[in-house]
Amino acid sequence: MQERFEAYLLNHAHGLFSSLGRLSRAPFTSSMTVLVLAIAISLAACFYIVVANIQQLTGNLQSSNQMSLFLKDHVTDAAGQKLAEQLRQNASVEAIKFITKAQAMAEFKANSGFGDALNALDSNPLPSVIQVLPKNTLENNDEIDKLMAEFKQLPQVDFVQVDMQWVERVQTIMLIASRGVMLVGLLLGFAVTFITGNTIRLELQNRQDEVFISKLVGATHSFIQRPFLYTGFWLGFIGGFLAWLIVTIVLLLLENPVEKLSTLYNGSFELLFLSFSEFIMLLMISSSLAVLGSWAVLHYQLRQLKPQ
Amino acid sequence: MTMLRFEHVSKRYPDAGEALSDVNFHLDKGEMAFLTGRSGAGKSTLLKLIAMMEQCTRGTVMLDGQNISRISDRRIPYLRRHLGLIFQDYKLLNDRTVFDNVALPLVVCGINHQEISRRVRAALDKVSLLGKERKYPLALSGGEQQRVGIARAIVNKPKLILADEPTGNLDPDLSAEVMHMFEEFKQVGVTVLVATHDIELIHRLGHRELRLDKGHLVAS
Repeated sequence: MQERFEAYLLNHAHGLFSSLGRLSRAPFTSSMTVLVLAIAISLAACFYIVVANIQQLTGNLQSSNQMSLFLKDHVTDAAGQKLAEQLRQNASVEAIKFITKAQAMAEFKANSGFGDALNALDSNPLPSVIQVLPKNTLENNDEIDKLMAEFKQLPQVDFVQVDMQWVERVQTIMLIASRGVMLVGLLLGFAVTFITGNTIRLELQNRQDEVFISKLVGATHSFIQRPFLYTGFWLGFIGGFLAWLIVTIVLLLLENPVEKLSTLYNGSFELLFLSFSEFIMLLMISSSLAVLGSWAVLHYQLRQLKPQ
Repeated sequence: MTMLRFEHVSKRYPDAGEALSDVNFHLDKGEMAFLTGRSGAGKSTLLKLIAMMEQCTRGTVMLDGQNISRISDRRIPYLRRHLGLIFQDYKLLNDRTVFDNVALPLVVCGINHQEISRRVRAALDKVSLLGKERKYPLALSGGEQQRVGIARAIVNKPKLILADEPTGNLDPDLSAEVMHMFEEFKQVGVTVLVATHDIELIHRLGHRELRLDKGHLVAS
């Protein structure tokens, strides 16, 4: 019994390595398949990592319900300051920050990169702003809307903007993007399955004699399909590894310009690469899809192949 | 004891008509017989029914007490392990060594490495090919390739050996040698059924003859 098991394991090991050897003996054909797989997988992985990077950007916006109260042009700094103090008493308000016209201008000059152009303006076109951070208890939108309506009534206030709204918009866009990535990934996954399946089908045709002879000496289907499944596994595994390489190279090429853009925005954005666990996941997904495609073809075709 | 029994066996191909009609015969354990007839008489069809490559349209085929005329695909591999098949065109894998070719029926059964090595050597010894394990089939002569095929057929100690025109590509001396091997297998209790054209050889050896004519068994 134990000897049988050892022989079985040995047979698996043999299948694993002999299929790799077989791939390396037909380098042109196998590299074509592997490259097509790698490109398909890397496309999916690229979409994924782009969305992950954007999510990283929008992620820290999540809890901000901050409102900006833009004051009318004629309201003086002193009056604005007074209004800010008055609003601080409001029970629903957590924090208040008053930004004068001059402060707003200074900040804008520093951050926008329009410094010199702004000097050419006669007067400061920017309004004063009171930034209001509502209490965290105001989770639901109705309460936020109520507070916003209340602020709108104030005579000094020109208009109120809830940052939440555009955060929500961005988050909805991200939701669409990540769903899109999922769908594209699904399609590319099908592509990987079918490409491998077709390669295995051709391989099966090339090795028809071997299949026939094995059948005639009493090989079961699972014995015959084993080396082919391992071939499929290797195609997926190597394809997945190359895909990771492609994604990493693409990200490395983008890293510099992204960093430059980030400094232009005064940000400290760091480009996200595929993590180790994501890399392992990529290998697992690509090899299992490839094995699945091979298995489906073998399951169907081995029944059709009858020795003559 | 009966090894093989055909009872009212007919085989009809959809586009080629009836290849076998109401064939009845049986072979005892350790019996050797020749299957003769012109091309198209149904010899290959009869062998295919025994090797479970085809199923008969009517009748029953019993192999060592088991009805193999109606059998599920799943069980076929296990039953084939009791058969030794020998072909006119040898059906060797040319990208594998002699050793690996002969070992295939054992590998398929999940037998361990040492045992495989021992039994492959024994089989190669029986066909006088010991020392050629590492050669590839195409580096051997026709006669040697056929002997590799025979070694592969006997390595699993089959109950029944089926040979389809095993001497078709061999000269008279080699043919006699191959037939002599079959007689040796018969001596140790293996049932042997050989399909052949070689009438002269059959008469010289004097074993039982099953003669087919247009799908009918005319002499047994």
